[in-house]
Amino acid sequence: MSRILDVDNLRISFPDGGSGRVYPVDGVSFALERGKTLALVGESGCGKSLTSLALLRLVPAPGRIEEGSRIRLGDTDVLGLKGESLRRIRGRRIGMVFQDPMTSLNPVFTVGDQIAEGVRAHFDVSRSEARRRALTLLQEVGIPDPAARLDAYPHQLSGGMRQRVMIAIALSAEPEILVADEPTTALDVTVQAQILEVLDRLRDTHGMAVLLITHDLGIVAGRADRVAVMYAGQIVEEAPTDELFDRPSHPYTQGLFASVPRITGPIERLSPIGGSVPPPGAWPGGCRFRPRCPKAFDKSETMPPLLPVGPDHRMRCWLAEPSEGGDGPLRFAQGDNPSAQGDNP
Amino acid sequence: MVDPLARAWRDPRGRVGALVLAAIAAAAAVGPLILADPLAQPCVLTCRNLPPSLAHPFGTDDLSRDILSRVASGGRISLAVAVLAVGLSVTLGAAVGLVAGYWGGAVDAALMRLVDAALAIPRLFLLLLVLAVWEQAPVATLILLIGATGWFGTGRLVRGEVLRLREETYVRAAEALGANRRRIIFRHLLPNTAGPLLVAATLGVGDVILLEAGLSFLGLGVQPPTPSWGGMILDAKSVLVTAPWAGVFPGLAIVVTVLSANLFGDALRDAVDPRGA
Amino acid sequence: MSAAEVARLRAIFGLDQPMHRQFVEFVQGVVRADLGHSIEHGLPVKTMVASRIVPTLLLGGAAILLNFTVGLWLGVRQAVRRGTREDRVLTVLSLASYATPSFWLGLVLAWLVGIELGWLPVAGMQSPLLARDAPWLTRALDVGAHLVLPALTLSIVTIAGTMRYQRAALLEVLRLPYIGTARAKGVSERAVVWRHGWRNALFPMITLFGLWLPLLVTGSVFVEWVFAWPGLGSLAAGAVASRDYPLVMGAALLAAGLVVAASLLTDLAYALLDPRVRYS
Repeated sequence: MSRILDVDNLRISFPDGGSGRVYPVDGVSFALERGKTLALVGESGCGKSLTSLALLRLVPAPGRIEEGSRIRLGDTDVLGLKGESLRRIRGRRIGMVFQDPMTSLNPVFTVGDQIAEGVRAHFDVSRSEARRRALTLLQEVGIPDPAARLDAYPHQLSGGMRQRVMIAIALSAEPEILVADEPTTALDVTVQAQILEVLDRLRDTHGMAVLLITHDLGIVAGRADRVAVMYAGQIVEEAPTDELFDRPSHPYTQGLFASVPRITGPIERLSPIGGSVPPPGAWPGGCRFRPRCPKAFDKSETMPPLLPVGPDHRMRCWLAEPSEGGDGPLRFAQGDNPSAQGDNP
Repeated sequence: MVDPLARAWRDPRGRVGALVLAAIAAAAAVGPLILADPLAQPCVLTCRNLPPSLAHPFGTDDLSRDILSRVASGGRISLAVAVLAVGLSVTLGAAVGLVAGYWGGAVDAALMRLVDAALAIPRLFLLLLVLAVWEQAPVATLILLIGATGWFGTGRLVRGEVLRLREETYVRAAEALGANRRRIIFRHLLPNTAGPLLVAATLGVGDVILLEAGLSFLGLGVQPPTPSWGGMILDAKSVLVTAPWAGVFPGLAIVVTVLSANLFGDALRDAVDPRGA
Repeated sequence: MSAAEVARLRAIFGLDQPMHRQFVEFVQGVVRADLGHSIEHGLPVKTMVASRIVPTLLLGGAAILLNFTVGLWLGVRQAVRRGTREDRVLTVLSLASYATPSFWLGLVLAWLVGIELGWLPVAGMQSPLLARDAPWLTRALDVGAHLVLPALTLSIVTIAGTMRYQRAALLEVLRLPYIGTARAKGVSERAVVWRHGWRNALFPMITLFGLWLPLLVTGSVFVEWVFAWPGLGSLAAGAVASRDYPLVMGAALLAAGLVVAASLLTDLAYALLDPRVRYS
């Protein structure tokens, strides 16, 4: 098995303004495999960004990772690292691409310097060697005329190019894992596809595992091998991408698909999910999606665990159980959801 | 208006500052009534420059006067000058700022040029220039002069606030409803600048105390025999070797007073500014 | 002096003219670079002022150096250790030092270090006993020894602003996204704070330089007076004491000039240091 990262029961807490704490990430578990992309999908506020920050132990104070969480990178227990050993995994074993390249790049240093700095943080090489590697990286991420760009400042580049630079920085220390937090959100649509292409290509050439964080289902199709949907600090559904797109099972996932306009097929009304995402302090007891769920029933008042719905496909919903008013997995195979590409009449 | 004050009080800095200031003000007000006369020289030859003792907790100065009572009386003067001068500065600053911000145009431009020019010269030098000509200015004049040289920053501040507030919806609504200018100024603009003005005033008190003390130290401020903290330090300078304690207490009084004013002003500033610390 | 002689002197110095005429003539004189003559000393104000610039710059320079090294460092420390006891204590200490009258602190230090302990001289810029032809190193050290107390006094009372500004500026920068990027790259925490954080927190500090120069100029009046340091400040203080108006005007004008020059310098520094400004 080429599993290189194991996250188990990750919980992150923040003070709630009084003396208690809230848990914007509440028991998240997933694994990353070499050469594969896992997409973590959810609306803003669901905890996906915090999850990614936790991997590098960059959760901002006063937040903290709770006892009982486990993050294992191969043999290394990431949560037990301190000081220099922690610094050594940042960038070297896990590289991160941040969301907004304009504010994520230091405005007073050249692009080349910032990439080279990433190299020299982990490899004992000369400045000129680091610069040479920076040039190579710029070429790899597809920046035109890289030699000239090496001495450019961030504000002199376009948004797409800046994001490519961010990717180059993330790769500068040759990590095994690449975490991309909403890498295309701040970009034009035309540029988005290019950036995603770059990420895929690099994943394949370097054999990395990729964690792609996004709120946009559209960029997940065809790019991610596996998808995990997050809601209110928890993973509510996870499956291989094709499986998820064919048979979205959790009511929230179904809602997400229903609210995305489609190019093919009859023109239907978009149906947004009623209500809004509750903040961490205001989560209802039991299933957190219950207040907005069209299929909620009495058992929803108890928190459901992740239950199997198909091969390698789980969801956090009692409807997965055959006994619960639903027929379990079978029910959903019959095209019960509005967005399945059903050829049923 | 009350809310920022309450919040400043809750802040430990603000509370300490306010309490100490109140204590000093009380001491200044009441002290001279119960302590010895600051001008008295009961034993002219025998008790000059005495170190602190039970009879004279702060010692006596070169003219045999009790230093403790002089510090208390000096406090009256220094605090009075500071409060009145700052009051004048804030009023002038608010007035000019309102006019410049609201009327705009040439008036605004002219006033701001004046402010820029005035801010180029350090305040102390402005005062030195005037006081050099005006020998032995009485305290009232001193207050006027210090107040008249301290409004520039406040003026700019208020102008900025007015310009910002003018664009606020409720002001435009009031204008659209035909409210007359005075109403707009007094009902809408002024109350909203009260917070920053109060902060500027509190912090200004500390600055004026230092300024007045400095002027008195140079012989230009409060004139003897009226006691003032700065003047006392000037007197102490000449007996530095024989009676080093003479200058310590008035100086400490200044430090404690200005520190408390600044602590409270800081807490107030954090309470008024929505962005917080 | 007889009444006739007084009248003659008044006429020479133009003191018999009404105030506004005197002012107009002064302004005309300034334009001609003629600042009149000192009443007390009889020398041209220009010359007197010119001879005092260097000592003031020396004192001011030393204070700025202390301020912008120790003050900067303490401010960074406070920002990095924000909220800790050290941070709070430093804040109170800096506020207390700001609340201290410079002339009083000068006297206290002069008495403590100069008189009681006798470690350093407390008056003037040079030792009067030092021979004219002594080697320059000895002379320099002598000036240095005389410089310590006044420079220390001046910087203590002005350091609070530097610390506070630096602390605030760095805190602002440290919460920006590119700091997270640097950490995620595996850059050491020290490099994150100084190379990425502090470098960007430098710009507000340049503004501070422009704001604090007037304070330095003002403070120097008292400090120079207390330590008999032969600079512009003590010249102004002495001129005021003897009601020597032309001299006071000259000193005030120069002070204003220095302040304006400082703002121009800070604008220039901004342009040089921020590539965004340079290339736009």
